[in-house]
Amino acid sequence: MEEHSLLLSVFIYLLAAVVAVPIATKLGLGAVLGYLLAGIIIGPWVLGLVTEASHVMHFAEFGVVMLLFLIGLELNPAKLWEMRKPIIGQGGLQVLLSGLIIGGVALAFGLRWEYALVAGMALALSSTAIVLQIMDEKNLLPTPAGQSGFSILLFQDIAVIPMLAILPLLSVTGAGGESEGIFGVLKALIALALIYFSGKYLLPPIFRYIAATRMREVFTAFALLLVVGVAILMDAVGLSMALGTFMVGVLLSESEYRHELEADIEPFKGLLLGLFFISVGMTVNFGLLIDNPLLILCLVIGLVTVKALVLYFIAVRGKIPSAERLQFSILLSQGGEFAFVLLSTAMAAGAIDDGTSGILTVVVALSMLTTPLLIVLVERYFTPAIIDGEKPEMDVPNEHNEVIIAGFGRVGQIIARMIGARNIGATILDHNPEHIERISKFGFKAYYGDATRMDLLETAGIANAKILVIALDGNDQAVQLAHEAKRHYPDLVILSRAWDVVHAIELMKAGVEMPQRETIYSSLKIAEDVLMNLGYGAYEARQVTAKFERHDQEILHGLYSAETLEDRISIGRDLRGKFEAQMQSDAEYREKTEPDWS
Amino acid sequence: MNPPKILLLHAHPHPRKSKLNKHMLNAVADLDNVTVKQLYELYPDFQIDVEKEQQALLEHDVIVFQHPMYWYSAPALLKEWLDCVLEHGFAYGEAGTALTGKHFLSVVSAGSEKTSYDPVGHNRFTTEQLLAPFEQTAALCNMLWQAPKILYGGFKIDKETLDQHCASYREHLQHYTIETEQ
Repeated sequence: MEEHSLLLSVFIYLLAAVVAVPIATKLGLGAVLGYLLAGIIIGPWVLGLVTEASHVMHFAEFGVVMLLFLIGLELNPAKLWEMRKPIIGQGGLQVLLSGLIIGGVALAFGLRWEYALVAGMALALSSTAIVLQIMDEKNLLPTPAGQSGFSILLFQDIAVIPMLAILPLLSVTGAGGESEGIFGVLKALIALALIYFSGKYLLPPIFRYIAATRMREVFTAFALLLVVGVAILMDAVGLSMALGTFMVGVLLSESEYRHELEADIEPFKGLLLGLFFISVGMTVNFGLLIDNPLLILCLVIGLVTVKALVLYFIAVRGKIPSAERLQFSILLSQGGEFAFVLLSTAMAAGAIDDGTSGILTVVVALSMLTTPLLIVLVERYFTPAIIDGEKPEMDVPNEHNEVIIAGFGRVGQIIARMIGARNIGATILDHNPEHIERISKFGFKAYYGDATRMDLLETAGIANAKILVIALDGNDQAVQLAHEAKRHYPDLVILSRAWDVVHAIELMKAGVEMPQRETIYSSLKIAEDVLMNLGYGAYEARQVTAKFERHDQEILHGLYSAETLEDRISIGRDLRGKFEAQMQSDAEYREKTEPDWS
Repeated sequence: MNPPKILLLHAHPHPRKSKLNKHMLNAVADLDNVTVKQLYELYPDFQIDVEKEQQALLEHDVIVFQHPMYWYSAPALLKEWLDCVLEHGFAYGEAGTALTGKHFLSVVSAGSEKTSYDPVGHNRFTTEQLLAPFEQTAALCNMLWQAPKILYGGFKIDKETLDQHCASYREHLQHYTIETEQ
C-alpha cells in the first residue's frame, strides 16, 4: 500500500504540473504561478489529494540546491570576485533595512523583542527559487537588475548561516540547548576548506576518470552524487546546502565538463523546483487565513510593500536603469523558503511561539504567490517604456519603420548597423537596458520590454512592418515569437538567427523561411582559411565553401521535411553521405581532367 | 632614369593547378620595378576594391595582364576588373585621362600550338585577333597597346622551352623601356 500511495502521489504531482503550468504560461502568468496554483488545488484546503506537504517541501528544496549549483557553474571565481561589491553593499543593505523595518513593525505590534528579531530576519530574505525561475523565464540574469537581484540573493544565502547560528541565543524558553560555539564555527570552516580543496584538486581527475568510461548514466550519477554529498556535508555542519553546492559549482565553472554537468543536472533541477513550488502552494494554511483574513492580508501587503520600497531605494542608489527599477523591486519583494527553515528552527529553539510562527508562515507563502502576479501586472501596465533615440534629428526615419528587430545583442546590433548605413530605419525591441542605451546612439526607435509579447510588437508597429528580424538570445522565445507573429501577420517576412540545426528546423516550422545558424558562416570561413593555408587559392577555397554551404542548406531542408525523428536521422545520414561522396568524386574528377597547361 | 613601374595583374582561378603561369609569375615577381596583384587571391568573391585598384593604376607606367587563354579570352575576374575599375571619368570620357600614355601589355598562355590560332587552324582566329577587345579597351583609355607576349603549346611544353620563355619574360620586364617621343 505504501508504494502505491507513493506512486499515486507522484502521479498527482506530475498531473497537476502538466495541467496547470501550460495553462498558466498560455495566460501569460508564468510557470511559477502555475506550480503554486497547482499546489493550492491539490493541497489540503481545496481537493485534499495530497497531505504530506512539508515532507515533500523538504525533499523538493533540493531543487533550490541544484539551482544554485547550476548558477555556480555559470560564474567563474573571477566574475564572482568582481561582484563582491554589489553582494556585500546591496545585499547587506537589503537584509539590514528590511530586517530592521520588519522587526520594528513587529515590536510595534507588541511582540517580544526576540520574536521581533526572528521575524525581521526571516522575512527579510527573499525566495531564491521564485526569483531565479522568473529571471530565467524572462532572461533577466544578464541585465543590471538581474545582476543586482542575484547579488542580493547570494548575500541572503550567506546571511542565513549566522542567522541560524544565533537562534538558540534568542531562546525564550531555554529549549534551544547548547550552541556549539567555537567548535561549530570550526567545523563549518573545515567543511568549507574541504569543499574548496576537493573541488580544485580532487574533482577534476575524478571527472576525467568517469568520463573515460563513456557511460553517460555513470556521469549523471556522479554529478548527482556530488551535489547530494556536498548538501549532506553542509547540512551536517549547519551551513546552507545551497551555499555549499553553489561553491562547488563555482569551483567547477572552469572545468571542461561544465556543460555536461549542466545538461545532466538541469532536468532534475527543473522537476524538483516545480515540486518545491507545488509544495509551497500546498502548505498555505488557509485555515489561519480564514480565521484572521484581515490581519494576514494586511501583513502580506505590508511585507511586500516594505521590501519593495527598500529594494526601490537600493535600485535608485545602485543606479539600476529607471525602466527596470519597478520590476527589480517586485522581483525580490516576497518572503522566501529560508523563512520556513528559520521559523521552524526558531520554533524548535523556542525563539518564537507557535501562533506567530504559523501566521508568518502563511504570510510568507502568500507573499510568494504575489510575485508572479505582480510581475505580470508590471509588465502589462508599466512597461513598455518607449525610449527614443537621443538624436531625433538623425536622418534615419523613426516612424513606420519597415523593419523590426527583436533583440539588440551582438547579432541585432550588426544587422541594425548595416541597414542603418543604408538609411533604412529599424524599430528595435530589447529587454536589456544596456542594449537600449546603445540603440540611442544609432538614433533608432527602441521599445524596452519582452519582445515575445504581441501587444508590445503591436505598439512597435508590426502591423505596418514588412520584415521582422528575430535576434533574440533565447531559443524558445525566438520560436514562440516567430509562431505568434506568423499567426497574426501571415504576410510578414520573418528572418531569424538560429542556434543550431534543431533550432533552425523549429523556426522553419514556425514560419521562418530561411533561419541562419549563428555559427555556420564563421565555421565555414575558418574551414576556408584552413584550405588556403594548405595551399588552395582563395578563389578555389571559396568555391569549395560555397558548394559545401549549398549542400548544407539542402540537408537542412531535407531534415525539415522529415516527418519523424527516425526519418530525420536517416535522411540526415543519407544526405550527408551522398554529399561527401559527391565532393570526393568531384575532387578526384578535377584532379584528373582539368587541363594542366595553364 | 628610373625603370618604368610595372603593374602586373595576374588572373588565374586555380593556382594549385597552374604550371606555366606560376613559373612565369615566379620569374618576374621579385623584380623591384614590378608590382604583382593576383586578382583571384585578392578578390575571390569578385568584390573588387575599385578605389585601391585605380590608385595602383595611377602609380604605375605599364599595365600587364597575365593570364591563361580561357575560352578565347581572359578568366572572368579580369573582365569584372575591367568593368569595375575602368570607370567613366577615370579611364575614359572627357575627364577620364588617368591612364593616358601608359603602356598596356598582354601576356597570355595558350594550350594549343601556334598553328591552330590561324584562319585555317581549328581555332580559326589569330591570338592577336582574339585579343582585339583588350586592344580597343587600351585605345579607348588612351593607353599604348604593346605587342602581346604569347606562349603557345602549353599542353606539351618541355621544361627547356618554358625556362627560356620565362627568362625572356623576365628580361623584358626588367629592362622595359618607354621611349619618350613627345
